[in-house]
Amino acid sequence: MDIKTKALKKSLWVFHLSVGSCNNCDIEILDCLTPKFDIERFGMVLVGSPRHADVLLVTGIVTKKNVERVKILYQQTAKPCFVVAIGTCACSGNMFRFGYNMGGPLKNIIPVDVFIPGCPPTPAAMLAGITKLLNKVKE
Amino acid sequence: MNLLNIILLFIGWSVFLVVAGLFVLGIERKIAARLQWRVGPPIWQNFTDVIKLSGKEILIPEKANKLVFIIAPFAAFLSALVSGVIIILSLLYGKIMPGDLILLIYLLTVPSLCLFLGASASGNILASVGASREIKLVLAYELPFIAAMILVIFKSGFSTSLYNIIKIQKETGINFLSVAGFLGFFIAFLGIIGKLGIVPFDIAEAETEIAGGVLVEYSGMLLGFYKMTRAILFIVLPVLLMVCFLGGFNGWVGLLKYIVIFVLLVLIKNTNPRVRIDQALRFYWGFTTIIIFISFLFLRV
Ligand code: SF4
Repeated sequence: MDIKTKALKKSLWVFHLSVGSCNNCDIEILDCLTPKFDIERFGMVLVGSPRHADVLLVTGIVTKKNVERVKILYQQTAKPCFVVAIGTCACSGNMFRFGYNMGGPLKNIIPVDVFIPGCPPTPAAMLAGITKLLNKVKE
Repeated sequence: MNLLNIILLFIGWSVFLVVAGLFVLGIERKIAARLQWRVGPPIWQNFTDVIKLSGKEILIPEKANKLVFIIAPFAAFLSALVSGVIIILSLLYGKIMPGDLILLIYLLTVPSLCLFLGASASGNILASVGASREIKLVLAYELPFIAAMILVIFKSGFSTSLYNIIKIQKETGINFLSVAGFLGFFIAFLGIIGKLGIVPFDIAEAETEIAGGVLVEYSGMLLGFYKMTRAILFIVLPVLLMVCFLGGFNGWVGLLKYIVIFVLLVLIKNTNPRVRIDQALRFYWGFTTIIIFISFLFLRV
């Protein structure tokens, strides 16, 4: 593993992308920034622009209108960029999977690296998921 | 000194400035975290960030003016480096360069102008909002800042070289202890908050409203160069303030002075909300400018 990959593991900048969630997952993501969980101690910060992002945190079912937008947004990120599906909605569709507006679970649209199920997942679960992601970066 | 020596000197001090700057920024993040009762990132976090950015892909937007978009970060970085090396030359090597204070005033404006140019060249709407805010902010803080620098030049008998300014302060007592110098120090201090673009005046970047503003389209190492520019300015601007008002950078006392200014900056950063651009303009052109012109009345006191 070269030095750049090592640095990448220690400084993941996350971009938070909500594509049709009920907002509960988004609030739980913000909980990760609070003093109790404090993801900044691992070097993670929330950035405002997809160009700066190393990780896309996607929440919610992808609605039909958002399918194209998710694809464009994924293309706009600087590679290497990982995708994390947060919440059962993004993982599989949850109870909305037969909805008229369902654009398909996230994994059918862009490659997903880690799935974090839960409705909503607790911040601790998200941290566990990110740890899995870090182990994956190693390979 | 022959040419080779000069080049080696420049490269050596440049590396020092970048490393020290990133380190100082790391300490700043750590203090901010502790103030919010968090653990915070390790103090070498900013090195990690820059190394990571160097490994990332560089994306250039389709609509961008490619040449300006790519050159802007380099120009910002280089002008920050050159201004740092100029200060070091007159502080440590005793070089007398007439007019280097004026040169510094120009050079320290270049990073902001480059941010503005790069953002306008990127063709992004949010970036153009950020660019317009940035240039308004430049207009706002430059007036009191330059007035404070002119005050220093008056105080030191119309000498514009940093070396002479320090020498005169050694003979007649530091500027900070006179009324005009005291007022001038605080105004220049407010000016460098704007120059550094930290929180009360980070209007141009405003992550939460315009998504990084001027930096929104930058990725990879181009973003890294802006980070390093910011880091160098974090060293250069407080040191310039020390040279002009606190009698230079001398040994451990100098370090102590730097730490005091740094702590003031961090405290202001962590206890203030972001202002709007019109508030910033009113603050700099109203209150601040009035104070600096009043302090001119006390020049001979
Ligand atoms: S997983 Fe649950 S909490 Fe998260 S967006 Fe879907 S319904 Fe809301």
